Amino acid sequence: MAGPEIPFTRYIDAEGRAVAALPNSAGTQVLTRLYREMVMARRFDAKMISLQRTGRIPTYPPTLGQEAFHIGLAHAMAEDDALFPTYRDMPSQLARGITLAEALLILGGDERGNDFAGPRADFPQAIPIATQVTHAVGAAYAMKLRGERRAALAIIGDGGTSKGDFYEAMNFAGVWRAPVVFAINNNGWAISMPRDRQSAAGTLAQKSIAAGIPGEQADGNDAVAVYDVIGRALARARDGGGPSVVECLTHRLTDHSTADDASRYRDPGPLSEQWKEEPVQRLRTYLSDEGLWSKEDEEQLIAEIDSRLEETVDGHAASTPPPPEAMFDHLYAEVPADLAGQRRQVMARFAGETGEGDGHG
Amino acid sequence: MAEVTLVGAVTLALGRALADDPDVVLLGEDIGVNGGVFRATEGLRDAFGADRVIDTPLAEAAIAGVAVGMAAEGLRPVAEFQFMGFIYPALDQVVSHVSRLRNRTRGRLSCPLVIRAPYGGGIHGPEHHSESMEALFAHIPGIRVVIPSSPARAYGLLLAAIGSPDPVAFFEPKRLYRTVKQEVADDGEELPLDLCFVLREGRDVTLVSWGASIKETLEAAEALDEQGLSAEVIDVATLTPLDMDSILASVEKTGRCVIVHEAPYTGGFGAEIAARLAERGLLSLLSPVERVTGYDVIPPGPRTEHRYAVTADRITAAARRAIAFPDEPAGQAAE
Repeated sequence: MAGPEIPFTRYIDAEGRAVAALPNSAGTQVLTRLYREMVMARRFDAKMISLQRTGRIPTYPPTLGQEAFHIGLAHAMAEDDALFPTYRDMPSQLARGITLAEALLILGGDERGNDFAGPRADFPQAIPIATQVTHAVGAAYAMKLRGERRAALAIIGDGGTSKGDFYEAMNFAGVWRAPVVFAINNNGWAISMPRDRQSAAGTLAQKSIAAGIPGEQADGNDAVAVYDVIGRALARARDGGGPSVVECLTHRLTDHSTADDASRYRDPGPLSEQWKEEPVQRLRTYLSDEGLWSKEDEEQLIAEIDSRLEETVDGHAASTPPPPEAMFDHLYAEVPADLAGQRRQVMARFAGETGEGDGHG
Repeated sequence: MAEVTLVGAVTLALGRALADDPDVVLLGEDIGVNGGVFRATEGLRDAFGADRVIDTPLAEAAIAGVAVGMAAEGLRPVAEFQFMGFIYPALDQVVSHVSRLRNRTRGRLSCPLVIRAPYGGGIHGPEHHSESMEALFAHIPGIRVVIPSSPARAYGLLLAAIGSPDPVAFFEPKRLYRTVKQEVADDGEELPLDLCFVLREGRDVTLVSWGASIKETLEAAEALDEQGLSAEVIDVATLTPLDMDSILASVEKTGRCVIVHEAPYTGGFGAEIAARLAERGLLSLLSPVERVTGYDVIPPGPRTEHRYAVTADRITAAARRAIAFPDEPAGQAAE
């Protein structure tokens, strides 16, 4: 049975060659910026894994292989759009303007990281699957109600598109013509479940059809394709054109998380083929061939990134945890009388521990 | 000042909130054109427009989820769920996001929304239309659980819930929706959250209840009075955060306590109050704490639901046992 026609966009192929004229929006500055942040994403990821392996942060979800998706979509967004990320989307958040120090707080299990100075309307990462997509639709409704020229972007994985929340969110967004984009990071795996056992649908983008909204695919290993397709979907949303689904095809080049061992369920053969399509090398080849990136640029970038990462890790190690009462102080706008006793008990129990004040005594 | 029913007071409060704050929006199934299955939003769509009184598609998890996004963007969403029995798909959002958005962003984002749902039995509804599951919500840190028991308290508490910077689960006793009329001034005055209401003063026993069973509790107090016994009646109104001090002060005076709720016995919110009485009020107690509650069963269908109901007779009997203790056995075991 032939599936519905779903447009697919790719500008730069696995060999780093342009297969179509690049969109006008992807000028030299944009391309080099996308590349620089993709390299940051990859090195940040490697650093986090080493921190996890040495017991300095808890379980960590790697982003290896999905850099073009994360960075492409972040740059397609306007500063005052709102992002609804999942636990695998830290590179998008970094590209949106949260700091490395804030990212390390979040990944190290310290809620203060989510009080980031960057894009203040962005949500923190959603850890349950697919719950964030309805948030994006509600935020988009608020933007539309107030006549603001903004849009919401929700990220969801291939596994997440099996959940009712995703169908419900698309359905609401369609009825309301809400300015929201659903960006699917189809990396082929939901922990141990491969894409073809997640859904019998030919594409995940075609799930949009039932909700009456447009859906298309982009090569998620091509940062320009992600940047362009998501950028156009966001522009359409801000202009009153309603919601869209964009399925980006990526590869999860490693385990689901640092607690996972993909060798239990994944054949290494296809994985080595998938490495040939990975996004960072692809964009570097393109930029080098175009004379936009040199070996010296690369060396300088890596030195700069590694020094920033070292500085961040050292800063985090030297930081103190939040004060004991913090877990009570932000639950309600004001601490209810009924909680005051428990708060006092905790303060007394941990009176010897110092914590950084966070403006709540 | 108009005489209104409890559901009429809900409508009045919703209309007042919509008129006073342009950020307030209502959303839910059939709340717009149809005015809600209980008519709680009657006329509001015409008065405030379909953009602010929103008929949603039929999906409870999404209603809660979109309300989270709306609230974080600065709106004040009031989401209606047609019956408590259909609210469970939304529980994921309440536990995972509504209750914790403020905490996990250290106050950068918050979730000032109200979840409204009619609850409780006694209206001859089909299966799933009679539950009293307030204890499920009272167990979730980060939200407030509020249950009115009269038109005036429905008006003032709902306005307080909508004005609250915290998320509120507001459960309406549908059995009382149209049984009583009361004069309610539409003056925008909120009633305090986190405070119990002493509905009747007494000396011999404290009757503690909330929501629909306040009706039978007050009837029991009246019957006890005719028997020469003086009962104090407390409407808890805000289950969480709980105003235990008011309950303790009353029990210190009366020495006896009967807790009444329509919800099942085991793990009901009455257990929380009884436990706290044991912890903080033991020396005030002259008799074991009594609980008059629903049974630990599925509420029976309309043909036999009266067998499940909390009645004034059961409350009166429990109060009399407490007062007669130790001459007669008391506590749930005595029932």
